[in-house]
Amino acid sequence: MDRRQFLFGAGTLSVMLAARSASADQPARRVLVLVELKGGNDGMNTVVPYADPLYRQFRPGIAVPRERVMQLDEHAGLHDRLEPLMDSWKARELAIVQGVGYPYPNRSHFRSIEIWDTASASNQTLSEGWVSRAFDGIALPAGAGVDAIVADTNALPLTGPGLRTIVMQDAENFLRQAEAMKGMKDPRDGSNPALRHLLEVRHEVNGAAAGLREKLRNGPAPAFTFAPDAGFGHQLDLATRLLLARVPVVAIKVALTGFDTHANQVPTQERLLGVLASGLAVFRKNLIAAGQWNDVVVMTYSEFGRRAHQNASGGTDHGTSAPQFVMGGTVKGGLHGRYPSLADLQDGDLKYTVDFRNVYSALARACWGRPADFGQRPVRPLDLLA
Amino acid sequence: MMARLGRRGFVGGAAAISAALAVPRPIWAASAMGFDDARHLLSRASFGGTPAEIQAFEAMDFGAAVDRLLSRSHPAVTPVPGWVNEAPSFYRQQREAVAANKGAEGKPVNVVARLVREQGRDLRAWWVEEMLVTDQPLVEKMTLFWHNHFTSSMQKVRYVPSLYRQNALFRREALGNFATLLKAVARDPAMLIYLDGVRNIARQPNENFARELLELFTLGEGHYSETDIKNAARAFTGWSIDRDSGHFLDRMQQHDAGQKTFLGQSGNFDGDDILAILLRHPRTAETIVEKLWREFISLQPDPAEVSKLAGVFRSAGYEMKPLLRAMFLSPAFRAPASRGALIKSPIELIVGTVHLLGLPVPEKTPLVRMMAGLGQSPFDPPNVKGWPGGESWITTNTLLLRQQFLRRMIEASTVSSLDGNMMPMGAGRRADRRQQMGPGMADQHPIEGRSLRNAGSEARLGPTLLGVDAGRLVRTLLPRKPVDSIDVSSLTAGGLVAAAMLDPAYQLK
Repeated sequence: MDRRQFLFGAGTLSVMLAARSASADQPARRVLVLVELKGGNDGMNTVVPYADPLYRQFRPGIAVPRERVMQLDEHAGLHDRLEPLMDSWKARELAIVQGVGYPYPNRSHFRSIEIWDTASASNQTLSEGWVSRAFDGIALPAGAGVDAIVADTNALPLTGPGLRTIVMQDAENFLRQAEAMKGMKDPRDGSNPALRHLLEVRHEVNGAAAGLREKLRNGPAPAFTFAPDAGFGHQLDLATRLLLARVPVVAIKVALTGFDTHANQVPTQERLLGVLASGLAVFRKNLIAAGQWNDVVVMTYSEFGRRAHQNASGGTDHGTSAPQFVMGGTVKGGLHGRYPSLADLQDGDLKYTVDFRNVYSALARACWGRPADFGQRPVRPLDLLA
Repeated sequence: MMARLGRRGFVGGAAAISAALAVPRPIWAASAMGFDDARHLLSRASFGGTPAEIQAFEAMDFGAAVDRLLSRSHPAVTPVPGWVNEAPSFYRQQREAVAANKGAEGKPVNVVARLVREQGRDLRAWWVEEMLVTDQPLVEKMTLFWHNHFTSSMQKVRYVPSLYRQNALFRREALGNFATLLKAVARDPAMLIYLDGVRNIARQPNENFARELLELFTLGEGHYSETDIKNAARAFTGWSIDRDSGHFLDRMQQHDAGQKTFLGQSGNFDGDDILAILLRHPRTAETIVEKLWREFISLQPDPAEVSKLAGVFRSAGYEMKPLLRAMFLSPAFRAPASRGALIKSPIELIVGTVHLLGLPVPEKTPLVRMMAGLGQSPFDPPNVKGWPGGESWITTNTLLLRQQFLRRMIEASTVSSLDGNMMPMGAGRRADRRQQMGPGMADQHPIEGRSLRNAGSEARLGPTLLGVDAGRLVRTLLPRKPVDSIDVSSLTAGGLVAAAMLDPAYQLK
């Protein structure tokens, strides 16, 4: 939002910063597609530690039966509802990062997703999203007037002075509304800072709409249709159209809701895993068909995993670490990191083995050439992308 | 005679407002402030004035009008939800009853979560109702101000009656005394839960409250050390809640009775000693004045004026009325540069618009949802710092949502006709609370199958706006000249109101 103000307001500064980081003038190499699994997905029933007898012991009522686990290695396997992801696994395009979390985990939905979204430490409150932070100090090219698009409702990871981010569930509707708010007034006019901000934002909406309108109108439709389920297919459809239209964004965000499975978890989570996997499989097929699968990286994440033990209601309560999926034509497929030990729990939770900020660092480098470390000392970015 | 400030016509029926409009032109004081000052004062000290309210004020002397705004302070008039006196033990019993029944039913229900959700909905609706019907809008605005200063969020404080009581405390001290309020907040059960005071015991001090007390509530960053936080936390050890009644309880045996050093002073301090030291520190008054300045005057506090007003505040023994009076009467408040220099908060925009249009609100939920959508859900500040406000209210997403809301309001004849789908809020799960970052400006369904391009071109005028001449309508709605030109001569009154409400200047106060 404020980036525009930054450009208008501090011309000299922006020129200086842009000059100092010449490498950032390269256009974004890959678009990151963020997939938020809202509510805290149960990692242990997603990537199942099937070989560990403790798994069944902790979860007598909800453990995934052995015959429904698709083996990945001698320890872990995927829930069979994730079967649509197996094509990408076999093609070595699906990286599964095990045991992702952070120190001093917070079990509040709100607070923990804020930590993930801003890449903060557990005891630190930041207001800027991690993707915006990755672009700190550099100006993105004017492009289409928009740097990031949020197809769900939580824009925090993409919110900050570094990015012009648009939230839109429906492109047509966004364009219509922007049209209704058109105004010619130059934001630089006048001395009232509040009004100037308002007009800058309006200008930004109009700019994004102008950039998107043409591109979306001329962009191709996806070759394969998304299932209409629960809005997720709709969001992926929008993301696909934006990618096929080559709208020059650095990131697109979608989300799937409903993972907060405190009670009677099995049918709910199975359904959601199915929606996730089939949606991502169609997404992949579409980008392969368009020859763009190498230009995209998908990352799933959730505010936390769930407790190692099931609860008395056939569900699981808020826990800590969980696996992340990273997919794309240039992703180094396979299992990354180490599955947390079920024999070494902390307060009944899996101890994380990979800090999520190292996943972010790896993606910021690979997607945008940004050496962002998010306060990690030392940085241990994972080797996720070719 | 003056119209009853802020009293909505639809509360006692539309008759109240027509009666107010029928009041003969007020007798003008020799130093009558006139339209612009009346509008400006009402835009800041209330949720915005209707033509009748502005008319009643414009004939008054500015100081007399400020005194009138400050003269009121009585409890809320909206009947409170029935559960506000429930003790925390009630929740335990509910939980236990469910646990006992489980198995028979087969389907476990998180009964406490449901209770919290329902009570939360009640409480928000109750407060919004109070903001709409109150005849002391400045008290509600100050209640909101304290809610945003001494934040507590329902996300963490799952005992909703304590949030009601905290709200009542903020209202009681809205125009009361800051020192009294600070001492009460430190013992307030919702605050003790929100900032972990209940976990702060001698054996294991919890610094959460102490840190925010220094950083946010009083001194501000840079005026204390980490050691001061640690020692303050020790001083507050033992301040807790009675688990059965839900009221404050000082657990002496949990108190750290040792020697503490705080801001250069040493002694066997308890919580009250810490608060007394903070109230003697000049930064405390400045922190409050700076924040009030950003609320009522402009986004850029003038340091010299702040320190002068802080002096007024301290010499008045932290009484709010002398401070607010001095602020409203300050040259900075009335300066041309301050007119329209603030951005309306979502609550101000929504409550103010309903008030201005005089819309009946049989159902508060759509308004509460819209507040959440625009980033300000009451009882749910984003974090302990509260809503940052100012320019952060306006993002590409919230600006479009505000316009969409306004087009809806323009078309509405009652608020219940607002479509619930307008703000898809999911299942209202906790996990979805980030919706405030950007709720669907449009659901996947096109809104009511109607093109928004043509929506909201003509407002239906209710009794608040009927019969007011064109020029005055625009000047009532906007704090400055319209940003986009409005052709007064070619539009109907309804068209004029619609155009003014959709002008960017309407977002300003």
